[in-house]
Amino acid sequence: MKLLAVGTKARKSRRYAALGLMMVPGLLYLLINNYLPMFGVIIAFKDFNYTKGIFGSDWIGLKNFEYLFKTSDALLITRNTILYNAAFICLNLIVPVGVAILLNEVRKKRLSRFYQTVILLPYLISMVIVGYLVYAMLSADSGFLGQTILPMLGLPDISWYSEPRYWPYILTSVHIWVSAGSLSVIYLASIIGIDPEYYEAAMIDGANKWQQIKRITIPLLVPVITIMTLLQIGRIFYSDFGLFYQVPLNAGALQSTTNVIDTYVYRSLMTLGDVGMSSAAGVYQSLVGFVLVLLSNFVVRKINKDHALF
Amino acid sequence: MKTKNSIWQWFVHIVLLILSAFCLLPFILLFITSFTDEQSILRHGYSFFPRAFSMAAYQYLWHDIDRILHAYGITIAITVIGTATGLIITALLAYPLSRKDMPFSRFWSFVVFFTMLLNSGLVPQYLVYTQLFDMKNTLLALIVPGLLMNAFYVMMMRTFFASSIPFPVIESANIDGAGEFRTFVQIVLPLSMPILATVGLFQTIHYWNDWFNGMIYITDSKLFSLQNLLNRILLDFDFLTSSNFSGNSGDIFADVPKETVRMAMAVIGIVPILIAYPFFQRYFVKGLTIGAIKG
Repeated sequence: MKLLAVGTKARKSRRYAALGLMMVPGLLYLLINNYLPMFGVIIAFKDFNYTKGIFGSDWIGLKNFEYLFKTSDALLITRNTILYNAAFICLNLIVPVGVAILLNEVRKKRLSRFYQTVILLPYLISMVIVGYLVYAMLSADSGFLGQTILPMLGLPDISWYSEPRYWPYILTSVHIWVSAGSLSVIYLASIIGIDPEYYEAAMIDGANKWQQIKRITIPLLVPVITIMTLLQIGRIFYSDFGLFYQVPLNAGALQSTTNVIDTYVYRSLMTLGDVGMSSAAGVYQSLVGFVLVLLSNFVVRKINKDHALF
Repeated sequence: MKTKNSIWQWFVHIVLLILSAFCLLPFILLFITSFTDEQSILRHGYSFFPRAFSMAAYQYLWHDIDRILHAYGITIAITVIGTATGLIITALLAYPLSRKDMPFSRFWSFVVFFTMLLNSGLVPQYLVYTQLFDMKNTLLALIVPGLLMNAFYVMMMRTFFASSIPFPVIESANIDGAGEFRTFVQIVLPLSMPILATVGLFQTIHYWNDWFNGMIYITDSKLFSLQNLLNRILLDFDFLTSSNFSGNSGDIFADVPKETVRMAMAVIGIVPILIAYPFFQRYFVKGLTIGAIKG
């Protein structure tokens, strides 16, 4: 009897050793890709020198951060990042929910699938291609917007790629164009999950379409909408690098309205080679971002435990 | 009542058709301009109804076919290798985490999950990969940084394994003498095709569309993926005409049809994904919804 118990114990531990072994490649990757760089943030507190390396460079305390926050850039990129994200979040509340409600009204399955396929198309392609498409619309002297649409409205052409003031609208439109489809599909999935009996009961009581949408669909969507929005708020310090780099074609003239934290970090590192400044901006983003993710998750948890990330 | 309903239906379809047109028309414009005569564009701008058609852009790119095929080769290679490797290590990590009987499974889940919360940013990652691993200008730099495995997909797969594969099935396989590894390969994986297909599809799209790794880790144009080539041509057209790659000299084309070549290049870049899209569309939608609602 005792022998058997020992035997199963040994077998059990062998089994768990096998399971543990399976995890090794994945965990190793996370170590290299995520955990090592987390320790690498120490370079933000160093005067980084390529010949001395990450560990050999001299400590300089918070100097990099001092330099960063003394520049006008720090305020500018923070403002741009937050304002763009705020606009995206607001529009992401309206457009995709509306589209999802409309998609749900389509009776023919085939047509509904056709619409979904088409509106997801922009989400499928890379930001580089989006950059090309926007260029075809806006390019100086030959863009579709400037040569066809604006003359039809009797307006003169604008040299878009050198006028920063239009870019908040352009980038917001492009963002919605790219991402509305995927959010609509997500909301559609939760609308489909609503019990049809609610609608049947409402129709017996004589409720029209608009009343059904207002009184049934939207209230039942509120939890999902809240959660999706809070998750976006948690990421308000991050932005889609491609959108802000590729779509304005990395144009210097546009930076006052297109430079966000992510593009700033990239440009200081790759173009200026200023490791100190860019790592300071990166740490600033990571820390604030981390706190915001925790906060928004805390709120999500309060609302609905099932939807919280942790 | 009936007429009211049909008015509503009309409204729904008209709005959705307009939205679909918004999504589709830029692609059609891109396609048409790539076949437009350069002079027509210079005079009248990009148009859906060009005055003159021309194949000049494609003829020009035909002389660069080696470079384009080479970039395609790089993209296909990194997509296949990256997706296959990524899928294997994701599943291998997710499965033990889904087993509640495994010691410390909660701890390891947290280790995976934490990477979703704290993002160390570009600079430390760049230094780790270039200084510690010396990946600059290697094919590995297009595969490994950031793309190979994503904690989000690990959690997604873990949830699938935990909820869709009954534990008694695993247990009985074990009692019958199958080791953990064999159980995983012969029982768990065949039951998990839906999630493997979904994650694999998303990985494929990420690799196919990635230009970021190429932009920061690759300076050698021989290692450019398709997206990197597109990226360079978009930001700096002269990159295409510079003859550091092929001997496409100016003799054949005194005037490079700049605008149309640019667009033709983009067409060459998106055609494969557009052709494949209808076939994977269902998995794509499915992946989006499970990813968002139950991560």
